Amino acid sequence: MSAILTVEHLTMRFGGLVAVNDLSFEAERGAITALIGPNGAGKTTVFNCVTGFYKPTVGTIRLAGDAGAEHLLERLPDFRIAREARVARTFQNIRLFPGMSLLENLMVAQHNPLMRASGFTVLGLVGWPTFTAAEQEAIERARYWLERIGLAARADDPAGELPYGAQRRLEIARAMCTVPRLLCLDEPAAGLNARESAELDELLLFIRSEHDTSILLIEHDMSVVMKICDRIVVLDYGVKIAEGPPARVRDDPKVIAAYLGVEEDDVDTAEAEAGL
Amino acid sequence: MARAAVRHDLAAALKSATLAGLAALGLFGLIVGVRTDTGPTGALIYYTRFDDVVLLVAAVFAGTLARELLFGRSGIARGRLVPERLKAVAAPLARFAAPALLGFALILPVVFYHNRYVLDLGILVLTYVMLGWGLNIVVGLAGLLDLGYVAFYAVGAYSYALLAQHFGLSFWICLPLAGILAAFWGVMLGFPVLRLRGDYLAIVTLAFGEIIRIVLLNWQDVTGGPNGISSIPRPSFFGIPFNNDDNGFAALFGLEFSATHRIVFLFYLILALALITNWVTIRLRRLPIGRAWEALREDEIACRSLGINTTNTKLTAFAIGAMFGGFAGAFFATRQGFISPESFSFVESALILAIVVLGGMGSQLGVAVAAVVTIGGFELFREFAVYRMLVFGAAMVLVMAWRPRGLVGTRLPSVFLAKRKAIDATLVKEGHG
Repeated sequence: MSAILTVEHLTMRFGGLVAVNDLSFEAERGAITALIGPNGAGKTTVFNCVTGFYKPTVGTIRLAGDAGAEHLLERLPDFRIAREARVARTFQNIRLFPGMSLLENLMVAQHNPLMRASGFTVLGLVGWPTFTAAEQEAIERARYWLERIGLAARADDPAGELPYGAQRRLEIARAMCTVPRLLCLDEPAAGLNARESAELDELLLFIRSEHDTSILLIEHDMSVVMKICDRIVVLDYGVKIAEGPPARVRDDPKVIAAYLGVEEDDVDTAEAEAGL
Repeated sequence: MARAAVRHDLAAALKSATLAGLAALGLFGLIVGVRTDTGPTGALIYYTRFDDVVLLVAAVFAGTLARELLFGRSGIARGRLVPERLKAVAAPLARFAAPALLGFALILPVVFYHNRYVLDLGILVLTYVMLGWGLNIVVGLAGLLDLGYVAFYAVGAYSYALLAQHFGLSFWICLPLAGILAAFWGVMLGFPVLRLRGDYLAIVTLAFGEIIRIVLLNWQDVTGGPNGISSIPRPSFFGIPFNNDDNGFAALFGLEFSATHRIVFLFYLILALALITNWVTIRLRRLPIGRAWEALREDEIACRSLGINTTNTKLTAFAIGAMFGGFAGAFFATRQGFISPESFSFVESALILAIVVLGGMGSQLGVAVAAVVTIGGFELFREFAVYRMLVFGAAMVLVMAWRPRGLVGTRLPSVFLAKRKAIDATLVKEGHG
């Protein structure tokens, strides 16, 4: 399998604080890759670098595009990463458009193709037939995802009225409406109950099997990570301490040390091994 | 039991009203009660106006008492102000409000043909309706607080005045040019303020409005400075002048010459311009650009994560809003025949913004109603002279207390699957500037 996302020597400094230090990892095409680590390990910083919300201090982030093309994400502004490299993301604290209906939320996600179809508003203003067709297609795509996440009946309700779990699903559906190559999910299972969490697993596995979208996710919920992820990258203090399939990562002593803490004597050895 | 509770309420209300009355006495006692003036010899004299103080304190006392008795301590609840039954009757009526207003606007010149005052007032109100709708794009849809909107109105007015005077261009050629020039200045304003939000954006747009006004005031060679530009060409009926000549409007259409023809024409002209603004805005809301504006108002970061170029989106909002301001400005110049920087002070910007906020940000009908109420009300209270501002301010405070989201606060989705349902105002964001 080839890599969809290649991160090399990524370093992000905020003044004197090194949030991410010389991190290299790959996310495979068609796979679900998880980025885990204790609080403050730098996971969200990596996400913000990949999606262009931060510009990394050092390092390259490459995304494999169509026909061998490559997008250098560290050089693109955030909206062009979403538009051209087609990397979509969700947020740790959900960022929907609360005063717009579910359908409108999903229509905004299809802004760029619709904008082109509307002849940058000129053709759309006079109701050009190609635009009407494109709009209908966009509505159908939105309907497809609403049915997928079980919210088709609430399509015309405002997003702000949805319960928390449904908002999480809607945010994923909205990201999927951009037809992304890589979907970055920032703690998608945070705050979900057991049933909602199971639905989320199902949705992510569906995306992996039925759509040409690779997934990179940050997660605290180990059950989600162990169940659905193909590959895990573990961060601690901005440094990668382990990488591999779930079974191997779970038994890695450094990971256990980072998550559960260790005896006083073992700290030095663990840190020495982690290269700190 | 019930009687005891009522008596207790009355006692509490009296107490609270007395307190409010005392506070009012403290406030007004010296400020209103004692007045200083220059005496006949040039010395400072003072006189008292305690009767006014008594009136004010009595008004505060009575108002507080009434509020306490009607609403109790819980504050003014809108639900208790408008009974449910009345609401049920009013809801279907609201659907006919827009067609009714439009119908009234269409027949107004026919009904009030001989009432010049009403026609002039109608033109004035419609100018503000158009300005309100134009600013609504920037403030209501894109959520960018613009305190300098009058600058674009000024650019439009001066564009028409200068182009018509120096190059002899007709109104119909100048109108799009004025719009384009205003849109250009909208983009010029947009660039520096792209990174600003909220209060900072408001301050810079306010400064921009003042800059334009001060340039107009000081660039004597071009703008005539404080003297303004006079004898701006009046509009013609698509090339046919409104005069008493043989080839004038009246003669050609076999009518007796009357100055009212031009006024009626101006009325329908501004009505058409306003309706075009409205139509374009409604269309734009249903296009990707309009949805992006509203999404920008809701959450800018989410917009960027979806691949929306927020820079361009903001600039188009500024440009299109400014363009309609420019159209309105060109109309203003041709109607007045005389313009000076005085017409484009900050108060105008504030008034237009007040119309948009009062009407309900983003609502076309709300803004139109607010313009009618504000400008019409202003004229209605003309005889109250100095108290006019007081009444206007009080009315505004009351409306904002009862309907914090404006007259029409709900938002209708631009697209729907099964049924278009109004979205409650509390969910809709106002934007961060």
